[in-house]
Amino acid sequence: MASGVSLDREFTKGFVRENPLFILVLGTCPSLATSTTLFNGFGMGIAATFVLVCSNIVISLLRKFIPDGVRIPAFIVVIASFVTMVDLLMEGFVFSLHQSLGVFIPLIVVNCIILGRAEAFASKNGVLRSALDGLGMGLGFMAALVVMGTIREILGNGTLMAGTPYEFAPFGEGFKASPVLVMTLPPGAFLTLGLLMAGVKRLGERS
Amino acid sequence: MTASSNAAPEGAPVSAPPPADKVGASARPTLRVGPSPHLHGPETVPRIMRWVFLALLPAALVSVWFFGASAVKVLTLSTLFCLGVEWLCLRLMRTPGALSDWSAAVTGLLLGMNLPPTAPWWLILAGAIVAIVVAKHLFGGLGGNIFNPALTARVFLLVSWPTYMTTWLKPGQRQWLAPGTDLAGITEATPLGLLKEGRLSELSAGASDLLLGNLGGSVGEISALALLIGAAALLWKRIITWEIPAAFIGTVAAVTGLAYAIGGPERYLAPHLHVLAGGLFLGAFFMATDMVTCPITYRGRLIFGAGCGLLTAVIRLWGGYPEGVSFAILLMNAGTPMIDHYLRPRTFGTATARQGATS
Repeated sequence: MASGVSLDREFTKGFVRENPLFILVLGTCPSLATSTTLFNGFGMGIAATFVLVCSNIVISLLRKFIPDGVRIPAFIVVIASFVTMVDLLMEGFVFSLHQSLGVFIPLIVVNCIILGRAEAFASKNGVLRSALDGLGMGLGFMAALVVMGTIREILGNGTLMAGTPYEFAPFGEGFKASPVLVMTLPPGAFLTLGLLMAGVKRLGERS
Repeated sequence: MTASSNAAPEGAPVSAPPPADKVGASARPTLRVGPSPHLHGPETVPRIMRWVFLALLPAALVSVWFFGASAVKVLTLSTLFCLGVEWLCLRLMRTPGALSDWSAAVTGLLLGMNLPPTAPWWLILAGAIVAIVVAKHLFGGLGGNIFNPALTARVFLLVSWPTYMTTWLKPGQRQWLAPGTDLAGITEATPLGLLKEGRLSELSAGASDLLLGNLGGSVGEISALALLIGAAALLWKRIITWEIPAAFIGTVAAVTGLAYAIGGPERYLAPHLHVLAGGLFLGAFFMATDMVTCPITYRGRLIFGAGCGLLTAVIRLWGGYPEGVSFAILLMNAGTPMIDHYLRPRTFGTATARQGATS
């Protein structure tokens, strides 16, 4: 598909304009579940970005060989291979992060963003475009998770960068002793996501 | 009720024009203005809100009698914080409303009545911000909110700071409590708290204590009698209707009565104590009936009230929290648009035209 969109727009569209979480509202389940802290959100974002870029490249390469009727199972096999790699790599090198993300690492297989980009983009576009699309979308997803994780960690846990050696308490130890607990719980996740979506929408309407 | 009064909280079901899609379906052009003698009600938002505020005062005064300085502090701070946050929101967000419509004062007083008398000032401020900014103005201001603002704030605080939100002062502790005062010895568990912990044998408060308010609890919930006096005024002024409170309280009595009859008095509280205890009267008369967040039809209100009652009873009997009124009302608030959608009254004269033409 000869697209008229320039390569840099293909790359940057995932940041804000077509942000997978705030605008397309894909991948909400892992976002709500893993954005409890900045570090968790960052880790989830890195893992998803890696899988997204790799699967987009491979699916784009194979797009002429995969029969249309079995394309979804074929995509899943490709995605699952990369998820397995990420899962094992994280277990080996960042064990504590792997522990705190838990089941949501294997669940990247069924992440709507990754399957969605494979189906909607990589299966119809060239390798370079697909890689840029995957990278942009992945970074947009990661940015969204980092923003959510930052807000929820500061308010709900009273800390920032927990899970890393640079942990500190932005509002002091007094706030850390009795933080806004609800923000680390599921209602806080929905509140944060909803308010951020409303904010991004408002920004989009202004510009 | 004219179309320009879109800031009014009530759904104005009386003279609402038929929905555009139904009108556009007919071939003939339709004049979408009601025939000329338009009903004009004397109700205005400030008048209704002032009545609600006044109706809450008997229960507030009872709490001042039993909790003294603590109750005065919580109620005053809560009202002032809500008015202050409302003023800021109106200035910065330009949502419809005005301080003079009394809605923020009612929200503030209700929030204060939903807090324990020992609530520290920052807890009240956090509640005011959640109630006014998040629950009210982010949804479009007065009349646009999906959830009752005071209850949203209460649940937010309860989930975030469970210890602060469940420290119940004993009645008669009227002295000023400086921040950091050791509260051990001057607090007690509520009847519902004892029920949840399986310590019903320690329950000393009887029905008369629950009626008068001689027990620990949230600032505004303790005296069922004072709440009933306020509710009677609102019913008399037709600011609230009987369907929601009746269905709500009736369902709680029925379900807890059934549990009591089957499970026995050792494990369950008698239904009349269930009805009088906790925040049921405060919730059923003053918060479930919030015009913005409850259904507009008669049947819808009965369903809404019964749903609130069922959820409250289920949470009280088998849930993780001792009290379920606020969760129940918020959950049913979320269901209100659906109830209104499915129980939309048929426009007069359109029955046959719409048969089989369901959209």
